[in-house]
Amino acid sequence: MDGLVYLYIFMLAGFTGYEVISRVPVILHTPLMSGSNFVHGVVLVGGMVALGSADPEAPLQLGIGFAAVLLGAANAAGGYVVTERMLAMFKGKKESTK
Amino acid sequence: MSVQPLIQATYFVVAAVFILGLKAMSSPVTARRGVVWAGYAMIAATLVTFAWPGMQNFGLMILAIAIGFVLAWFSGKKVAMTDMPQMVAIYNGMGGGAAAAIAALEFARGEVHGGVVTTLAVCGALIGSVAFSGSCVAFAKLQGIMKRAWRLPAQNAANVLLAIAALALGFLIISADTPAPEYVLGFFALALALGVVLTVPIGGADMPVVISLLNAFTGLAVGMEGYVLGNPALIVAGIVVGASGTLLTQLMAKAMNRPISNVIFTPISGEATGGEAVEGSMRELSGLDAAAMMRYAAKVIIVPGYGMAVAGAQHKVWEMAELLEEAGVEVVFAIHPVAGRMPGHMNVLLAEAGVPYDKIFDLEEINGDFAQTDVALVIGANDVVNPSARTDKSSPIYGMPILNADHAQNVIVVKRGKGTGYSGIENSLFYKENTRMLYGSAQQAVAEIITHVKVLSA
Repeated sequence: MDGLVYLYIFMLAGFTGYEVISRVPVILHTPLMSGSNFVHGVVLVGGMVALGSADPEAPLQLGIGFAAVLLGAANAAGGYVVTERMLAMFKGKKESTK
Repeated sequence: MSVQPLIQATYFVVAAVFILGLKAMSSPVTARRGVVWAGYAMIAATLVTFAWPGMQNFGLMILAIAIGFVLAWFSGKKVAMTDMPQMVAIYNGMGGGAAAAIAALEFARGEVHGGVVTTLAVCGALIGSVAFSGSCVAFAKLQGIMKRAWRLPAQNAANVLLAIAALALGFLIISADTPAPEYVLGFFALALALGVVLTVPIGGADMPVVISLLNAFTGLAVGMEGYVLGNPALIVAGIVVGASGTLLTQLMAKAMNRPISNVIFTPISGEATGGEAVEGSMRELSGLDAAAMMRYAAKVIIVPGYGMAVAGAQHKVWEMAELLEEAGVEVVFAIHPVAGRMPGHMNVLLAEAGVPYDKIFDLEEINGDFAQTDVALVIGANDVVNPSARTDKSSPIYGMPILNADHAQNVIVVKRGKGTGYSGIENSLFYKENTRMLYGSAQQAVAEIITHVKVLSA
C-alpha cells in the first residue's frame, strides 16, 4: 500500500506541474526553464541520503556518492544563480521606461 | 526522541514551497520572489537532511557540497547573459548525472530489491544518464566546442538499437536478485552513449527544445530516484518539473512548428541539405544609406537575432533606437518566439540593455504591421525571417512561423558575411528586390549607423 501511495503522489504531482505553468507568458519561458532546473536541484538531498548510507569501507560506493552530492550541489547552486540573475532584470522594468 | 517527523514535516513544506515558487515564476511581477522562496526551501531541505537518522560520511558530504556549490555559484555569477542557455544545459546535466549516480550507488550497495523499486531505479538511471550526456553535448555545441552537427549513416536505427540494448540490460538488472556488476556497468555505458547519439545530430535552431526536453527528463529521473529513496520531496519536486518541463517543451516546439518527434528523429542538419537554391544576388548598402533610410522613415521595426546578442550589440541598438525616436521615427522591436537560443532569451537580453517592455512585440502582435512599415532592420537574425518557411516545401524549416520582415517596404539586413547562418539554410529574403545588406559585425555596423544618424539630425 505504501508504494501505491507514492504512485498516487507521482500522478498528482504530474498534473500539478502541468497546471502550475499552463499560463506562462513567452517572455518568461527561459527564466522558468532555468527555475525548474533549479527546483530539480533538490536531487542534492537524494545524493546526501545515498552517500550517507554508503559503506565507509567501500571506495566505489563513496566515490559514486561523492559524485552524486557534488553534481546535485552544482545543479542547485548554478540553477539558483542563473535564474536569479535573469529575473533580477525584470525588476528594473519600471525605471527603464523613464 | 526521533527527528524523523521533523525532517518529514520540513520536506512537506519544502515541496509545497517549490510548487508555489514555480507558480510565482510564471508571472513577471512575482517571478523573482518565486525563485527566492524556492532558494530558502532548498537550504532548509539540505540542512535537515544532515539530521537524517543513521547518516555517515559527513566529511566527504560537506566537501562535495562545498566544491559543487562554489564551482557552480561562481561560474553562474560571471557567465554572460548570451551564454545563459548552455549554462542551464550544463547545470541540468549535472542534476541528471546526480540522479543516475544515486541509482548506481543503490545498485552498488545491493539494496534495491522488489519489482517496482528496481524498475523505477533503472528507469531513473536511464533517463538521468541520457539527460547528463545529452546536456553535455548541448553545452559543447552552444559553447562552440563542437562545431558541426553530424549524423550517423543510419541515425534512427542506431538510436533505436542503443535504446533497446540499454532497456534489455535494464531488464536483466530488474529480474536479477543481485545485479551482476558487468550488467550495471554496461547499462550505464549504453545509457550515456544513447544521450550522446540522440543529441549530436541536432542543430542550431532546435537546441532550445532539446535543452527543455532534457530538463524535463532530469525532473523525471529525480522523481524516480526519490521513489527509490522513499523521499517525497524529491518525488514531488522531480515530477512537477518533469510535467511542467514537458509542457514547456511542447510550447516551444509549437512556436517553431516542429513536433518534438521531428526534432529528435529528423533534425535540421548542419549542412544545408534541403531547400531550393536561390537565384539572384545580394545587394549591399553603406552605413550612411542605412542611416538615412531609417532617419527619414515613419516607422522602423527592428528584428534582433542571436547574432546581435553574440556581438553584444544590444546596448548600441537601443542607443540607435533612442536617437531615431528623438528624430520622430517610431521604433519597435519584433521578437520571434525562438529568437536567441530559447524562447524569452531575447527579451532578457533586451531588458538588460534597458529596452522598455512596451516597445517589444511578439510574432502574432506585430506580423500584420510589417506591410505598413518603411524599414525592417534585421540584425543578426536569419531563419526567423526566411520566407522559404512559408513557400518552399523542400526547405528544412518549411512550416515554421516567421516574422514577415519581407512585407516591409525596405529591408536592411546587418550580417557578418555572405555565408549561410547558424543553421546553414539559404535565406531568400537576402536576395529580394527591396533588401539591402549591410556587412559587418552588429556592434560595428550599428555604431556606424549611429554616427550618421547624429550627423543627419544635427
